[in-house]
Amino acid sequence: MSNGTQNGAVIEMRNVAYRFPGGPSLLNDLNLQVHRGETLILLGRSGSGKTTTLKLINDLVSPTEGDVLVEGRATRDWDRIRLRRGIGYVIQESGLFPHFTVERNIALVPTIENWEPERIRKRVAELMQLVGLDPGLAARYPKELSGGQRQRVGVARGLAADPPILLMDEPFGALDAITRAELQKEFLALQQRLQKTVVFVTHDLREGLLLGTRIALMEGGRLVVALATSDFAASKDPLVQQYMDAFGTPIPEKRI
Amino acid sequence: MNVFQFIAENYQQLLGATLDHLGMVVASTLLAILIGIPLGILITRRPGWSKAILGGANVMQTIPSLALFGFLLPVPWIGARSWRLAILALTLYALLPLIRNTYAGIRGVDPAVVEAGRGMGMTDRQLLFRVELPLALGIIIAGVRVATVISVGLATIAAFIGAGGLGQYIYRGVAMVNNQIILAGAIPAAALALLADFTLGWVERRLSPS
Repeated sequence: MSNGTQNGAVIEMRNVAYRFPGGPSLLNDLNLQVHRGETLILLGRSGSGKTTTLKLINDLVSPTEGDVLVEGRATRDWDRIRLRRGIGYVIQESGLFPHFTVERNIALVPTIENWEPERIRKRVAELMQLVGLDPGLAARYPKELSGGQRQRVGVARGLAADPPILLMDEPFGALDAITRAELQKEFLALQQRLQKTVVFVTHDLREGLLLGTRIALMEGGRLVVALATSDFAASKDPLVQQYMDAFGTPIPEKRI
Repeated sequence: MNVFQFIAENYQQLLGATLDHLGMVVASTLLAILIGIPLGILITRRPGWSKAILGGANVMQTIPSLALFGFLLPVPWIGARSWRLAILALTLYALLPLIRNTYAGIRGVDPAVVEAGRGMGMTDRQLLFRVELPLALGIIIAGVRVATVISVGLATIAAFIGAGGLGQYIYRGVAMVNNQIILAGAIPAAALALLADFTLGWVERRLSPS
């Protein structure tokens, strides 16, 4: 267990705590592993620490105690910029650059990595097709798109430099139910093809059960349980039961 | 003799005075841009300094302009030429709108956008030049606009220390109790202010990301 990569853990949290300088503690005694190719769901209500946990991985938040290891190396030993460019980051639609066209938004990481313009153009076209965006939208600005289209741009931008790890912070949270279901389905199909290591934050248990291979349930800055999706419903943990009741138990079928 | 006859007869001198006036305004505004925008950026990075720097620029604005010209008169090199002195004083007055608008513009950029950029591995410099400044540009230009319009008005007072410009006519007219001569300076000054306001307003609308 000394080296995270030996057992296939791409990301590992070891006794991690985080508190605001001089403020309350947001995360306590967090131990968690994310394995290669899995989709780990961070589930919890607002303020449970799930987004903070996600931001530990790309070092937007640095642990006050313990270590966060990515590819076996502590985030504090990584060159921050290199670490982040190797990790796709998808957040709610507000994260798109409003003054960039769709094309430039998607091309962000390849551009700052100084790819050849021709290679960037090809990659953008490829990604737009991959996430189901009409090529005619390339010159549009985010405000000229629908919510669903914006979110597709966000996913394409996260995937642009083909990072092995993808962090997604409630990416489908602001969408209407039908668009969300559509994008969830496409995400599953995409993940089957790409086999990224995904950490996905949501407060929606149904979304977690549908998309995840494992669910890490958080509450009050602590990890309550981390269970395979298939074992989640059967857990005797009272908080898990509470979630199952709140969302009405029928588990969505995983269909692609 | 009405004011328009006076303007027609003194056309060439008035044009020269207008150009002097414009020169002082442009030079001082450019200097204020070169100093104010970096200072505005600096205090978004070091929020602890914002009070002192914004406060300093604020105090500068409260000093009566005649008094400021008087204070600066004994300063070596600057005091030796009245136009240097006028440009320095106008620059000091123009700083506040530039610092404040740069600061407010950058602070007003959606934090989610900045964090997305940071999370994807943009460096601080890339974030500043590709995200924060472009998104703050409309507000920064609005600051330039305010500063320019203020300068056009203030520059008339520079005639008091012999720096030339349209203020000369206003002072001469006041001394001679002659409204025509006052207006011959005041009308072009007002026209300059309106022109600057209109032009920069247009630039502001063009460059604002909406």
